[in-house]
Amino acid sequence: MATEEVTGESGGLVFHPMDQFIVEPLFGTGSVGMFTITNVTLWMALAVLCILALMVLGTSKRAVIPSRSQSVAELAYGFIYKMVEDVTGKEGIKYFPYIFTLFLYIVFANFLGLIPTAFTTTSHFAVTVVLALAVFLAVTILGFVLNGTKFLYLFWPTSAPLAIRPVLMIIELISYFVRPVSHSIRLAGNLMAGHAVIKVFAGFAALVAVSPLAVLGIVAMYGLEILVAFIQAYVFTILTCVYLKDALHPHH
Amino acid sequence: MATETQGLVSSCVGMDGSAIGMPQLCADWFPNQIFWLVVTLVVIYLILSRVALPRIAAVLAERQGAISNDIAAAEDLKKKAADAEKAYEKALADARAEAQAIAQRTRDEIKAETAKAMEAADAQIAEKTAESEKTISDIRASALENVEAVAKDTAAALVAALGQQADQGKIDAAVDQRMKG
Repeated sequence: MATEEVTGESGGLVFHPMDQFIVEPLFGTGSVGMFTITNVTLWMALAVLCILALMVLGTSKRAVIPSRSQSVAELAYGFIYKMVEDVTGKEGIKYFPYIFTLFLYIVFANFLGLIPTAFTTTSHFAVTVVLALAVFLAVTILGFVLNGTKFLYLFWPTSAPLAIRPVLMIIELISYFVRPVSHSIRLAGNLMAGHAVIKVFAGFAALVAVSPLAVLGIVAMYGLEILVAFIQAYVFTILTCVYLKDALHPHH
Repeated sequence: MATETQGLVSSCVGMDGSAIGMPQLCADWFPNQIFWLVVTLVVIYLILSRVALPRIAAVLAERQGAISNDIAAAEDLKKKAADAEKAYEKALADARAEAQAIAQRTRDEIKAETAKAMEAADAQIAEKTAESEKTISDIRASALENVEAVAKDTAAALVAALGQQADQGKIDAAVDQRMKG
């Protein structure tokens, strides 16, 4: 993918920081339909394969004294399990497989996206909005199913004085409906920005005078992106847990 | 990938093959991304919930069990060791007490034997003493008798030497009288 073409003759710089996010068919050049096998398919499939390798092949020995890969799988399991248990309580444990699915998908998509020339599936709003909306809808439906109309007390804080409750209700309602927006844009925005900035640095690397600085910038951004890749997966997961807690215990 | 075809097939990619605006906002690609995302999530969910999570949960439970078993076994062994030490201490104390008792008994026996032997010796000594005393008194009595006889004989001899015929009876009487006086 020639995303960083530099028109050599003129010596000018051409930046295409967003080209890395183009969705294109893997085979042939047709249009991108719903079921077309695209680079999205490829990198999501790679994430699935990585998860399969870590969580299934890595634990295939079922050793009491774990191997390295089993240790990592158990660490991930314990990390998210404890998070779900701590934030949502015992009642939330039955939603642990889905939350773990979210975490593993995001963390692997983020890290696979850090491979040079890779396509970062989680940098697309289409992807993160679906993830966030699924959480939002699930939490809302679950809240009404488990608590009935008492779920609405989430927006009617009885601990506050009656006079300011309507104001609080408006604030609570807005914050509730903004959740899927912030939830999804936080993830995609962080990844997109980081990857785009790396590409901008890469574009500057064509200038001999600033290329050492540009390479240094790429290295520094790459280090930051490694942090961001994990932290954003963590944040998405823990926010999912926090939202789920509201559905399980709306009044507290 | 030829740039001209890309320019034709998508409103989000320009003729030169670079993105027009933010590719993230290209609605043409949404169905594709959403479809594959859903497929991916379903596959991951099935892999995790059917295979990986039960397996890891079983391994963790097994490990927890092994750890608590080992701790229990260690606790048990520790208790056994403490019991053994206690038994050893007790055996030692018992042995010491027994040794003391045996020593005491032996001492008592020796004392009793000694006392008995002493008594026997005392009795023997007393017997011997009595015997000796009797012998001495016998000797003394016989000596007195002998002295009397000798005195009588000597007196008779003296009287005869003095040239007189003495009556034996008179001499005996005189000697007896002298002996008593």
